[in-house]
Amino acid sequence: MSHADTMTGHSGLMEKPAFSVPAKKMAMWLFIIADSATFAACLVAYGFLRNATPNWPRPFHSITNVSIMTFILVTSSLTMLFAMDAAKAGDKAKALRWTLITAAAGVLFALLHIREWMALIGEGMTLFKNPWGTGLFGSAFFSITGLHLLHVTCGVIALVVVGLRYQGGRYNADDLEITGLYWHFVDLVWMFVVPLVYLLNLSH
Amino acid sequence: MAMAEAHKSSAGKYVVVYLCILAIAALQFVIAYSDITGPQMFTRMLILAIIEAALALLFFMHLSDNRGLRWFVVIFTVSVLLGMQYGWTDSFRLLGGAPWAK
Repeated sequence: MSHADTMTGHSGLMEKPAFSVPAKKMAMWLFIIADSATFAACLVAYGFLRNATPNWPRPFHSITNVSIMTFILVTSSLTMLFAMDAAKAGDKAKALRWTLITAAAGVLFALLHIREWMALIGEGMTLFKNPWGTGLFGSAFFSITGLHLLHVTCGVIALVVVGLRYQGGRYNADDLEITGLYWHFVDLVWMFVVPLVYLLNLSH
Repeated sequence: MAMAEAHKSSAGKYVVVYLCILAIAALQFVIAYSDITGPQMFTRMLILAIIEAALALLFFMHLSDNRGLRWFVVIFTVSVLLGMQYGWTDSFRLLGGAPWAK
């Protein structure tokens, strides 16, 4: 039974899905809305602290690492779209290949992120103190980027699991698309983290 | 498979949007090194981030295809985001009226 049959075939028993979106996809959208509120709360709290603290540190000397990380994450959104395109065309092998490339980009992003964390920790930054100014910076930075890194890690695991199960026939193209929605959201959050947390804290 | 045969690739559109997002991200990096005040920098970067996010939402997450869902997501999210802005005046008060700590 096709998805369209499911939508129309039980008109007497089942309500039409909201906005003509399948229930699983709607659930992902609701999760994304809730999660965007979580990230927004973190960024607003960060902004409040940043605004109200006179000796806010500016520890970033270079944009090289963060620009490479941004490039990798935005590119991984494109590769996820290629995976979706292949899945909709029924090409399972190609869809899996692009999904795994997306997951690999996520792993690379996470490794660069951890390397950056290690460098900052090596310079003396912890959750509660740093050599440059208020100790609040460490807690704000590690909380926001840590929450994002957690999302990237979960996304990589989801991409691999859903990709392999799609290839094995247990999941369909819709499931891959829903995982893709989550991955694009992770990318979207990064678009706000970069200017607010990194670029506004560059040492000139 | 009828669905697969009927599917038309959108790869070209995706690449164009991807390049636009990269260009906007690059512009943010340029602004980071420009000689402007903190509030000006913050405003410009935030506007660019919102444009980037809108492009990703509309084309990568396909909200442009579903008008009802688009309005649901936008109204819901923007309401929550606006509700979070009530504390800013207090952060300015803590700093004695000076915007963006030097």
